[in-house]
Amino acid sequence: MTTLAPSADADPDASPWTPVCAVADLQPERGVAALVDGRQVALFRLFDGSVHAVGHRDPFSAAYVIARGIVGTRGEVPTVASPMYKQVFDLRTGVCLDAPDDAAVRLPVHAVRLREGLVEVGPPLASR
Amino acid sequence: MTFADCRQLVVVGGGMVAHRLVEALVDRGAVAEGGWQVTVLAEEPRAPYDRVALTSYFSGRDPDDLSLGQPGLWDTPGVQLRRGEAVTAIDRDARRVTTSAGREVGYDALVLATGSSAFVPPVGGRDLSGCFVYRTVDDVAALRQFVADAAARLQGRRTPRRVVGAVVGGGLLGLEAAGALTALGVDTHVVEFAPRLMPLQVDEGGGEALARLVGALGVQVHAGTATARLTAGRDGRVARMHAAEGSAAGLDHLDVDVVVFAAGVRPRDELARACGLAVGPRGGIAVDTTCRTEDPAIWAVGEVASVAGRTYGLVAPGYTMAEIVADRLLGGAAEFPDPDLSTKLKLLGVDVASFGDAFGTAPGALSVVYGDPVAGVYKKLVLSDDARTLLGGILVGDAGAYAALRPMVGRELGGDPAAWLLPEGAEGGPVTAGLPDDAAVCSCNNVSAGAIRDAVRCDGCTDLGAVKACTRAGTSCGSCLPLVKKLVGTELEAAGVAVSTALCEHFDVSRAQLFDIVRVTGISSFSELVDRYGRGRGCDICKPVVASVLASLDGRHVLDGERATLQDTNDHVMANIQKDGTYSVVPRIPGGEVTPEGLIAIGEVARDFGLYTKITGGQRIDLFGARVELLPAIWQRLVDAGFESGHAYGKALRTVKSCVGSTWCRYGVQDSVALAVALELRYRGLRSPHKIKLGVSGCARECAEARGKDVGVIATDKGWNLYVGGNGGFTPRHARLLAEDLDTATLVRTIDRFLVYYVRTADRLQRTAPWLEEIEGGLDHVRAVVLDDSLGIAADLDAAMAAHVEGYTDEWRATLEDPEKLRRFASFVNAPDSPDPSLAYVVERGQPRPMTADERADDATGRSGAVLVAGPRLEVLHP
Ligand SMILES: Cc1cc2nc3c(=O)[nH]c(=O)nc-3n(C[C@H](O)[C@H](O)[C@H](O)COP(=O)(O)OP(=O)(O)OC[C@H]3O[C@@H](n4cnc5c(N)ncnc54)[C@H](O)[C@@H]3O)c2cc1C
Repeated sequence: MTTLAPSADADPDASPWTPVCAVADLQPERGVAALVDGRQVALFRLFDGSVHAVGHRDPFSAAYVIARGIVGTRGEVPTVASPMYKQVFDLRTGVCLDAPDDAAVRLPVHAVRLREGLVEVGPPLASR
Repeated sequence: MTFADCRQLVVVGGGMVAHRLVEALVDRGAVAEGGWQVTVLAEEPRAPYDRVALTSYFSGRDPDDLSLGQPGLWDTPGVQLRRGEAVTAIDRDARRVTTSAGREVGYDALVLATGSSAFVPPVGGRDLSGCFVYRTVDDVAALRQFVADAAARLQGRRTPRRVVGAVVGGGLLGLEAAGALTALGVDTHVVEFAPRLMPLQVDEGGGEALARLVGALGVQVHAGTATARLTAGRDGRVARMHAAEGSAAGLDHLDVDVVVFAAGVRPRDELARACGLAVGPRGGIAVDTTCRTEDPAIWAVGEVASVAGRTYGLVAPGYTMAEIVADRLLGGAAEFPDPDLSTKLKLLGVDVASFGDAFGTAPGALSVVYGDPVAGVYKKLVLSDDARTLLGGILVGDAGAYAALRPMVGRELGGDPAAWLLPEGAEGGPVTAGLPDDAAVCSCNNVSAGAIRDAVRCDGCTDLGAVKACTRAGTSCGSCLPLVKKLVGTELEAAGVAVSTALCEHFDVSRAQLFDIVRVTGISSFSELVDRYGRGRGCDICKPVVASVLASLDGRHVLDGERATLQDTNDHVMANIQKDGTYSVVPRIPGGEVTPEGLIAIGEVARDFGLYTKITGGQRIDLFGARVELLPAIWQRLVDAGFESGHAYGKALRTVKSCVGSTWCRYGVQDSVALAVALELRYRGLRSPHKIKLGVSGCARECAEARGKDVGVIATDKGWNLYVGGNGGFTPRHARLLAEDLDTATLVRTIDRFLVYYVRTADRLQRTAPWLEEIEGGLDHVRAVVLDDSLGIAADLDAAMAAHVEGYTDEWRATLEDPEKLRRFASFVNAPDSPDPSLAYVVERGQPRPMTADERADDATGRSGAVLVAGPRLEVLHP
């Protein structure tokens, strides 16, 4: 397994991208957790090959478990259901589909890019 | 609340009808300030119970099973129940009653609900030891004890023999008593004075069919025979019953050990007679159609009331009287309507129903009869002279059509009436749509078709359970449930509420249908299934269902290929997630039997990994606080010590709980532990719609609480009794008897079939109790499938279970042997062994537990007195 150490580099000029694993390490529709700059991130590779990263912390239980939820779809929206109390989140926006207007239960979303077979995670995006 | 300005209602008798009266008053808010304060004086030492179900006390053994209505009624403020305190006199002038405790209680209104007592014909010897009546829990308990003692005595003789019993009376009660005696292992005779059984309910043809069916069950029927006297043996107990001379069957005498009188009842109107109230022509307190006696302050309800000259020996008319008095006490104007005297019984497992004008007494009445002597079926419909309107009927041997036919009495049947009598007697079929709103569907609780439709239309009920709770339909004898269910279904469809059995937005079919699809097509992956029979990429509802269905059919490992993506986190890491995101681990301890070495091994694992330890309700040990990355190391130790997965995380067989059984217990009659271990090893790993629990008790004391389990087994001295459909949890249910006195091989085969049939046909997350309630035909249907192979699928069910037993492997051992699977247990993909930095624990009662949010806040500000014992700052021993 290709495991890269988290980038603990505090150099402001350093790349904002942290390579975390090989794309091939991600089983489609089964999440993994990763440590990125001291943050816990949940990574998902979907059936269509796209990779998404959201916060690993479940806002409803405060436990770090989102990566262990079941991946699926609601309509066209790719989703993950928290394994704790089963709220469903939009993997693209982090919005909780069971409480779409509640910003407090929205998951942070991280940028992701695929480079040379590696998955690289960026810092959390400002919520749109 | 104060009751100072209340009027006083005194109810004499704490029976079924008194219960209904109080319930009706409380429901209507009449027991309140400015309303009524109620005192119930009850001669029996217990709260009112379901006398109709008295016989089930023989199998259930727990008087609590007979409780009526909502618990808590007797705790209502303003309601007082005084048990074991009979009323001995009524002073009408002073409006006061005197009780056996010497108290005097004044009343503004008095309701007499004293019921009936068993009638014992004036034959010599009727008071001998060994003679019983059949009316109260105490009667039944005494009878059971006497039979048990007699059985022990007769078994111990040099020439052992079975207990012989005679029931005097072949009516409804007599047959019920005969059934109870037979169930106690007594060779039973029924002696009936009339020329046939159940003379009040069935005609000659029905009586013949009934006698054949009852005879086939080993009960000997002596119709047309009068009992002349009883004589004692040398020990003073009853020993012989002498028939009157000239009895039709030519019987002279019977040698018996026990006699039960079930020759009718007499209203307990003695209090009323003593205070000068008028009684009816055949006894009973005379009341008008408002249930009031000639004294305006005194009412009578239930079996003791003689309404317009007639007494009623059934509970439904009594309930109607209770409702009328409740209404009248509140100033209403209700009156007693023509009562419905329909009866449906399952006597000794034989269906008998009679309704309406069963004997065809109306002028010009026609009857249509269907008889099948071989199958022991007799059915008769009584129709009006134009053969269109249903007047009544009798069904013996197959009363399936009863629920649908009874509400049609007085209405045009439509089509060919004979169609109702054929074996498939279209249950409910053509009727539901045309059933008028005022037709009574549930006669026990007087619920009309309209009330059921309203519950769906207006009260928003969307399933059978909600309708039952809302209308009380089907909550007493349950015989109308098939009809209620159909009405609800029809109404929901009409209301455009699609009666959706769809699993979720991805599949339009139910779990049971999905099961059949997978079984027939042989599809073995979620992707193919959702492509061909669904849409989208699934969700947390359908994916675990598909995983479970696939597991039932091909037994592959939960983490095989795409299968791993379908699993809930519990099944994915084969442990139970806890509130902080760590897991608990439960090794299997079959039957709750564990060696000292095993206990030590578990203890050492818990100690070495810093796990909180607790004994579960299923007789095993739960280890909490296991981080995902430590699960393989923990399990390596457990597997090395000989343990395997306990599937505590799965919708699967959990445990088979047992008592210690005959190997140690001085009361045990069978080896419950050995059976529990065998069953647990047989069914371990069986995936199902919901968790399944079993229990095995070594004797009737039931220490394993088997009747609280999906499958409960209770030892008898002849084998095992099998109960199904028990649940604890949110809606507790006692399991119901499926079969009696099975030998071990038959028991196991029956459980095999029951479980596979459940796994195949239940809904997602539907436990066995609601499944049995919802499945067409209920418990009787399931019994027919698993015992009589009524669907012809028994061989298939047996093969499915054989494949499961054959194919079982421990999924934790298999995981430990496969590096690919072990990769899943990394905490972080880029730091596989780093613990979740958010975890924090404190010690409480010598063990770790997760920090609360408050403790975390204190900890962060350095004010914490709590000790961190695990998590990132704790050195955990790795093996
Ligand atoms: C085995 C059995 C099976 C039955 N099966 C059916 C059936 O299938 N369908 C059906 O419709 N009906 C059935 N019945 C009949 C049904 O149980 C009765 O119709 C019903 O219980 C009548 O209710 P009740 O309140 O009038 O009388 P009960 O339930 O008999 O209650 C009267 C109570 O009053 C008490 N009492 C009497 N005198 C006094 C006093 N002076 N002071 C204080 N308390 C007093 C008695 O001890 C008793 O507890 C069955 C009855 C039996 C025994």
